[in-house]
Amino acid sequence: MKLSKISTEITELDMTPMIDMTFQLIAFFMMLLNFAEGDQNQRIQLPSSELAKPAVAPLESPITLHVTDDDTVIIGGQEVSVDGLKPYLDREASVLAMRGKSPAAATIIIRGDKDAKTITVQDVIKTCQMSKFEKFVLRAKEDRGY
Amino acid sequence: MQIEKKNPPAKVEMQMTPMIDIVFQLLTFFIMSFKIVAAEGDFDIKMPLAARSEGLPPEDKLPPMKVRLMATSGGQLSKIRLNDNDFGVSFDGLHNYIISVIGDERGPGSRQETAEVELDCDPQLHYEYVVRAITAVSGYTTGEGNIVKLVEKIRFSPPKKG
Repeated sequence: MKLSKISTEITELDMTPMIDMTFQLIAFFMMLLNFAEGDQNQRIQLPSSELAKPAVAPLESPITLHVTDDDTVIIGGQEVSVDGLKPYLDREASVLAMRGKSPAAATIIIRGDKDAKTITVQDVIKTCQMSKFEKFVLRAKEDRGY
Repeated sequence: MQIEKKNPPAKVEMQMTPMIDIVFQLLTFFIMSFKIVAAEGDFDIKMPLAARSEGLPPEDKLPPMKVRLMATSGGQLSKIRLNDNDFGVSFDGLHNYIISVIGDERGPGSRQETAEVELDCDPQLHYEYVVRAITAVSGYTTGEGNIVKLVEKIRFSPPKKG
């Protein structure tokens, strides 16, 4: 009996479209990756506002203060009470001075939790003023409905 | 003469496996670290040092509008007052009043530029209401998404301990 010879040809898979798509996905996720983790804090639930639009230009020497609903402030990953905030601000001011800038040129970004007490936010501003900081912005989450 | 038959050139196969491995690892990393973050924006507040705010305001300047936000003991909003006007808990009422005061005039020396709002809040008031009040006085968005600015100078009254 004659056996027919089975052809053992390698079927080549065309990988080009898959690689194209994968690179496009990588590019997409890379673009959206946000490394500015220092500006975020999961504990803070920002109040929303329809006028809160992302800033066009970056703020000058920003210092972010997170005001929690437990009357504490998070600065550079450290949670401190409002009374204990001044040494940290003074340290920031001395860092600025080393760079030849005055605290008045820096901007304090206040990311207050929506349930934080207003007095806490006001006390934070007052403490910053004692350390010679003058520019303040209140941060809010963008909201499209009124 | 016999011509030697040449072998066809061997096909060089590119080894794709390591590249695909790495590409998928990268893709996984970026997908894992992807986080949807809502866009955030800032409100400028004018908080000059106490020494600088001394002095009489110019004659033609609008008197500062003092927005009083009263709170319940739980920190919820109980009443909004602007000078002698009572708006209940309606930020829309405050917003419309500010629009009527500021008018349509814009540019240097206009009411929009010189108007100033001072926020006087109860200490226990939740910060959310402060931001809503700032939103109500500082502007609105038109249907096309443009922002119309109202009062730009906003500051807090000195804190009262309660």
